[in-house]
Amino acid sequence: MTGAKQKEYDDIPGTFVFDADRSRQGYHLNMFCMSLMKAENRKAFKANESEYLNRFALTPEQREAILKRNYNRMLELGGNIYFTAKLGATDGHSFQHMAAVMTGSTQEDYAKMMLAGGRSVEGNRSKSKPEARAKPAPRKPPAKPASKRPTSSGSKRG
Amino acid sequence: MAKIIAGVSCSHVPAIGAAIDNGKTEEPYWKRVFSGFEKSKEWMAQAKPDVVIAIYNDHASAFSVELIPTFALGCAAEFPPADEGWGPRPVPVVKGHPALASHIAQSVILDEFDLTIVNKMEVDHGLTVPLNLMFGSPKEWPCPVIPVAVNVVMFPPPTGHRCFMLGRAIRKAVQSFPEDLRVVVLGTGGMSHQISGPRAGLINSKFDTAFLDNLTKDPGKLARMPHLEYMREAGAEGIEMVMWLVMRGALDDKVNEVYRFYTVPASNTAVGHIILENKARAPRTRRPSSARGKLRPAAKTRRKPAAKRRRAAAQRVKRRDIVRSKR
Repeated sequence: MTGAKQKEYDDIPGTFVFDADRSRQGYHLNMFCMSLMKAENRKAFKANESEYLNRFALTPEQREAILKRNYNRMLELGGNIYFTAKLGATDGHSFQHMAAVMTGSTQEDYAKMMLAGGRSVEGNRSKSKPEARAKPAPRKPPAKPASKRPTSSGSKRG
Repeated sequence: MAKIIAGVSCSHVPAIGAAIDNGKTEEPYWKRVFSGFEKSKEWMAQAKPDVVIAIYNDHASAFSVELIPTFALGCAAEFPPADEGWGPRPVPVVKGHPALASHIAQSVILDEFDLTIVNKMEVDHGLTVPLNLMFGSPKEWPCPVIPVAVNVVMFPPPTGHRCFMLGRAIRKAVQSFPEDLRVVVLGTGGMSHQISGPRAGLINSKFDTAFLDNLTKDPGKLARMPHLEYMREAGAEGIEMVMWLVMRGALDDKVNEVYRFYTVPASNTAVGHIILENKARAPRTRRPSSARGKLRPAAKTRRKPAAKRRRAAAQRVKRRDIVRSKR
């Protein structure tokens, strides 16, 4: 984050805490996502994404992250997951699909990991304590939204 | 006089609501989750509360980033289900209890909790999923529900201690309401989960189990837990568990744990659930006056508590209905 001092929770790996600074920084990004709650807005957005985004005072970085569906970058730039999920839903993706994308995994592998008890906290607590660090999820740019695979939770609200 | 008879906590995973709405409750994946709430529904049917006070959080449905109240008390006569992008959930409109709610507002604000009063609000899965889990899917919810929305979306949420003390203040308010009402407090959210960023999918069953244990026996310890620990140990969104402390604060110091359920996963989340009853106010059995104020024989004081603890632990294990996830 630019212009903000280091915060103790920045030490948690693979996590962007939506705090008051990010809330300020991401206000228009989140309000864009909120606008997608209305069917007519979803339609307008899908018809011409770039033009629709002109309605919101986004930074060039936020704009790019939205157009590229880079969900981690959106979080980094002040997006909040409950808001960005509305963008995912507009694309017809489940929550679990989005979670998989953010972890650089496929939805199938991610669902398997969850069924096996989820991601262990061991090694995922701290960036600064290397002994506790195992393998945080790779930070790949999100793959092209893959065709929807049926999963065990298989619902858009999953 | 109104009184709080029990507290219930459970997760409010949206996918659970979707499974109900799409008729998937009998699928093995979901049956594992729903089976854990069969006993809870029986308990609720017997407890028959007159009012439920539900502590939950809104997920960008009623409140966007335009307005972020830390504590918002629903004083309306009804709260329609929100459209969360798939149309409103097909669940009954939540009927409020405006008289008790405004009484709580008055009492709690003078107790220095500066609540936001909400007279018009839609409620999302954060509230309606726990109602389904505890009441099933009736045509009408069996009793009025007072929603208390807590901000856990933007950091920082209120501290665990603040939540606990709000529970205390709510208890005081309820106890001073003149009508005879039996009230159940519902805490929702959690347990461990992270749904954002590269660390998404984090689950910490050890943390969750300890949290459930301490909710019963040492809530003061939980109330002192800093936010950083929730986020580090239970995932960025695991911080929702502070809402359970409002529920716990509204109960007596000593409670009976009557039921517990835990399973991993429901979609991205560990599902946890607990029912705590206030100990019935039986007439106090007094020790003979000769025994009061004297030390008991040392051997007795050492052995008895340990034996008691062992018995209690054994009973807890028996009661615990942990369904493990399929590997």
